[in-house]
Amino acid sequence: MSQTKPDDADTRSGRDVSSLPLRGPRSRENGVTRHLTWRQRLSRWDARWAPYLFVSPFFLVFAVVGLFPLVYTAYVSLHDWGLLSGKGEFVGLDNYREVLANPYFLKQTVNTLSIFVLSSGPQIVIAVVLAAMLDTQLRGRTWWRMGILLPFVVSPVAVAIIFGSLFGDKYGVINQGLELIGIDGIAWHTDRLASHVAIATMVNWRWTGFNALIFLAAMQAVPRDLYESASLDGAGKVRQFLSVTLPMIRPTMIFVVITSTIGGLQIFAEPRLFDQTNARNGGPDRQFGTITMLVYDFGWQLRDLGRASATAWMLFLMILVLALINLVLIRRLGSLGGGR
Amino acid sequence: MHTRNTRRARLVTGALTALTLTMTAAACGGDSDDPETGGEATTISVATFNEFGYEGLIDEWNSTHDDVKIEQVKVGTWDDAKANLYTKLAAGSGLSDIEAIEGDAIAAVLAESDAFSDLTDPAVEGRWLDFVVERGTSSDGQLIGYGTDVGPEGICYRSDLFKKAGLPTDRDEVAALLGTWDDYFALGEEFVDAEPDVAWYDSSGGLAQAMLNQVENPFESDDDVIETDNAELKAVWDAVTGNAEKLSTRTGQWSDDWTASFQNDGFATMACPGWMLGVIEGNAEGIEGWDIADAFPGGGGNWGGSYLTVPAQGDNVEEAKEVAEWLTAPEQQTKAFAAKGTFPSQVEALSSPDVTDAVNAFFNDAPVGQILANRAEAVTVQPHKGPKYSDILQAFQAATLRVDDGSQDADESWEQFQADVEALG
Repeated sequence: MSQTKPDDADTRSGRDVSSLPLRGPRSRENGVTRHLTWRQRLSRWDARWAPYLFVSPFFLVFAVVGLFPLVYTAYVSLHDWGLLSGKGEFVGLDNYREVLANPYFLKQTVNTLSIFVLSSGPQIVIAVVLAAMLDTQLRGRTWWRMGILLPFVVSPVAVAIIFGSLFGDKYGVINQGLELIGIDGIAWHTDRLASHVAIATMVNWRWTGFNALIFLAAMQAVPRDLYESASLDGAGKVRQFLSVTLPMIRPTMIFVVITSTIGGLQIFAEPRLFDQTNARNGGPDRQFGTITMLVYDFGWQLRDLGRASATAWMLFLMILVLALINLVLIRRLGSLGGGR
Repeated sequence: MHTRNTRRARLVTGALTALTLTMTAAACGGDSDDPETGGEATTISVATFNEFGYEGLIDEWNSTHDDVKIEQVKVGTWDDAKANLYTKLAAGSGLSDIEAIEGDAIAAVLAESDAFSDLTDPAVEGRWLDFVVERGTSSDGQLIGYGTDVGPEGICYRSDLFKKAGLPTDRDEVAALLGTWDDYFALGEEFVDAEPDVAWYDSSGGLAQAMLNQVENPFESDDDVIETDNAELKAVWDAVTGNAEKLSTRTGQWSDDWTASFQNDGFATMACPGWMLGVIEGNAEGIEGWDIADAFPGGGGNWGGSYLTVPAQGDNVEEAKEVAEWLTAPEQQTKAFAAKGTFPSQVEALSSPDVTDAVNAFFNDAPVGQILANRAEAVTVQPHKGPKYSDILQAFQAATLRVDDGSQDADESWEQFQADVEALG
């Protein structure tokens, strides 16, 4: 009886995983191999495998809705594949060659990068500044904080309609205003850079507030005593922001930069709705057509899923590379600001 | 300190959650069934674009039928409807029970005739003009769509702007000046010289459509081989791009600027098939002075005219056929014509006094029934429109826009158009 007592105590406290002997050697104290009870073994397996079990649903779902489409798209991209006619012959890398030889591919890649830079850059800077301002003792804080999120609630379609009437070439509010003061209107839908600015404005309008809130949440997790000691050391508000806030929110910064890279390179709804031509390919000369719009053009307007898949895969690789570059850059920048 | 931070963080998360929930709830809201229809009734959805003039007809049907209800799904233009159509044909689900197809694209849809129900029915034999049925029938005799309207073209014009420019305003006098395209452009020069701030016609794309519909083989040969480098097409191209600078608004047809130009005295004339009357009336609401001349440069022309098809993927194919049959019956199309000017393609409706005697108050009480009937009679050419017509037309419209907005000259844009057509495969 007395011999079994320690075992009983063990199993009772066995609910607390940390107190369990997890490795074999520890149970062989004094050179005696103790025989483990069934419950002990069970709880060991539990401790070892349960975490994997708990995270597995995500990976199972990801395998179905993420990995499978990715692989299947690669498979499709190696074939002649019509939208309605379905699978045709195996053509190797022909689709990739065709897409790369298409002048629109290069043009729309450049457009995508340009719109991405014009949107993500200002967006993150403004969002951080906004968040810093909201992280102070404002009157009616909640009201302001909710306010900056409002544009995010508006659907992109509505945003496109509103901005469409602002950026109209002839009868748009901005151009009519410019003409009132004697300046020629801007060809928003014709001039390449102007169209990118217009689209970036729409994107920024929608996402800046959202990112500001994420930054705000990060800033509020910064321990306040750091600021206290900084101000005791004589650091002003700006210095505190640069030397305390920015380094402390670096992980969030990385998160936001990566998500906005992914989102920015896949931009579709805004340029498509901004387009005034019937084909909606991003302007009559594809001035502001993006890569995703080219995927759509190939797949659904030219009804060729082979070329569409090839383009989609190249976009995927591009996102991967750019996200990695951004990750490295932000790490660098962060350590420069943080290390004294 | 710590609790305040937690509370703040909680507030932010709470707000985010609330927003997410609101958005999800709003997204779900659209799907719920109309409680009034009850559980028993079958709802047949009818997807249309532009203006079909079906609103009154649908109310009429719904008030007299309890078992089958009609619900209209409207989108702005055919190009948007087309994108939706192909996406959902490929997916094999999601289409409306009845899908309207633009006449220019019916050949392309015929190539996918397996995906659509055969609408052949002895009850509808002889209902439509021959060419309407011919275009909607596959080589093995499947009738894929019921014709709705045809688009005989006249010239719509702003008599008030004509008056300002010192041109005649009476519709018969105007008609007498529009014998050929050269006459039309010459009159335009005269107009723009007098009124430099107003364009002569609405868009280069609209003019291109009007002219293309007078060409026997605009893009494809009779056996559907793509031939876009042909002399007749080049002649249309030269006329459209050559006159754009002085006479066109140089906006894309159906663009926001184009729509706004109706309210801003943007242009004085436009090629108008019957169905365009409803579009003009909608865009030019509150503007007085619109009229329609019983003439069309270079002979008659037919622009558009649509079909109602029943995709085979639907759950209620039989009911959908019944609804499509009803909507395209002569009596109903006559009412649609009264509502939005969509000129009937049904033989019986063409001789109905409701059509022949129709006048349109918005167009200065013009006898539109008689005018459009005359315009239909003047049509001598039915262009051959193969399966790629609609796609090539899209590229052609983009090409004219590149010249309109000055991003390319006519020759460069023509070359790029040929390359775009090549890429269609």
